[in-house]
Amino acid sequence: MKKELSYLDSVHRDGRIWNLSVVVVLILFPVLVSVLFKAPVDWRGFGLGMLSTAPMYWAVGIIETFTYVPMLGAGGSYLAFVTGNITNLKAPAALNALELVGADVKTEEGEIVSTIAIAVSSIVTTLIIVLGVVLITPLTPILNAPALAPAFDQILPALFGGLGVVYIARNWKIAVAPVTLMLALFITVPNLGSYVGVLVPVGVLTALGAARILYKKNLL
Amino acid sequence: MEFNINHPVLFLLAGIVVLVVLAQSLHFLRKAWRRGREIGMPMEKLRRVAAGTAIFTVAPALAIVISVISLSKKLGVPLPWMRLSVVGAITYETPAAANALSAMGLEWAGITELTATQYVTVAAVMTMGIMVGIWLVPVVGKKLIGGMIDLERRDKKWGDIFSAALFLGMISAFLGYVFDDFTDVFRGELQGLVPPLVMLCSALAMGLCALAMKKLRLRWMNDYALPISLLVGMASAIPITAWLG
Repeated sequence: MKKELSYLDSVHRDGRIWNLSVVVVLILFPVLVSVLFKAPVDWRGFGLGMLSTAPMYWAVGIIETFTYVPMLGAGGSYLAFVTGNITNLKAPAALNALELVGADVKTEEGEIVSTIAIAVSSIVTTLIIVLGVVLITPLTPILNAPALAPAFDQILPALFGGLGVVYIARNWKIAVAPVTLMLALFITVPNLGSYVGVLVPVGVLTALGAARILYKKNLL
Repeated sequence: MEFNINHPVLFLLAGIVVLVVLAQSLHFLRKAWRRGREIGMPMEKLRRVAAGTAIFTVAPALAIVISVISLSKKLGVPLPWMRLSVVGAITYETPAAANALSAMGLEWAGITELTATQYVTVAAVMTMGIMVGIWLVPVVGKKLIGGMIDLERRDKKWGDIFSAALFLGMISAFLGYVFDDFTDVFRGELQGLVPPLVMLCSALAMGLCALAMKKLRLRWMNDYALPISLLVGMASAIPITAWLG
């Protein structure tokens, strides 16, 4: 008799099928362009380009997988790693939604809330980009206006100011160690900005270590 | 077929990729929504999550459109449209494309036109260079999520603290990032103060929203506090940059 899958198991099954299908579809883009325009890949350029790109971004991809999957839940993770912009959009959207309804991502309700938030965020983003592409000529001078440039340049501080105050106010004891470490690192080591993706797990491990010590000492 | 970076065929291929990804989002949205109703989650709660997230997404999505416009000058519209609708982010796509061009003896800054071979090579590097997360989640996702659920079962209090610590670890890295140019201030370059001040304005806006919720009993504010603080922060960046930048 066929075993009935739980909701979570069916999310994993669907996620695996979708994500591996997207891998194939993504690879097909350069392959089809190459075939249709009779233009072979410059293998030397590809190899050297990969050599200077892949080590850093594959490492970041592995780190992000282990860092974000426990935060976003199953459905949210399958979607977020396909639709991208995890740090500046999908993770904050999921955290905000969980906060909004007071759900924990480890429960079924939290899993559902996180998935809905990331799916809605992905759909809205895709539609806005489509609109942007269709209206690219009239939109370019508006969105590229020098007066608006500082607003779009400062999205991350504007995002993490609001998000940070909520989480730090609620868990300030856990926040002290990672926030102090990160402030010290970024202020004293120059040009660390491009390594922020690599520093996320450092912040996470510091927060987990501090939380474990405080928990063991009954201070939380 | 004669190649150009905005050829209709490229739009068609990019459109198919975007449609597949859109279909995946719709599939998961429908599945989660149905399950939410099955386990008794009120429709109003699900709608609040969807509406709050949709509003919050608008400003960051506009920033992504700006990235598409910026990359389209070198790579045409279809490739950046597809890349930034799928896995990519501007912080990855530009260096990946620049690395591929540089490997072919070209310079990103000097590019005005690409041949089909150069285009295919750039697209291949952009695609393969950031593929990890998409296939790694199917490989390790179930174990990671299972581990989190087990942790919660064994010790609920520690499970909750563990989740909070994960979020705080991520947030702390980005709070630090905001101070990346802070040392410039000691050399008299005050623009290093712009990101911390913008963050402060956003945090103050969030604090005011919380106060309004508590004191004025504006419960609806809870749903829109993050988009409001994001917009206040972004808007504050304009006068702050004019002043210090």
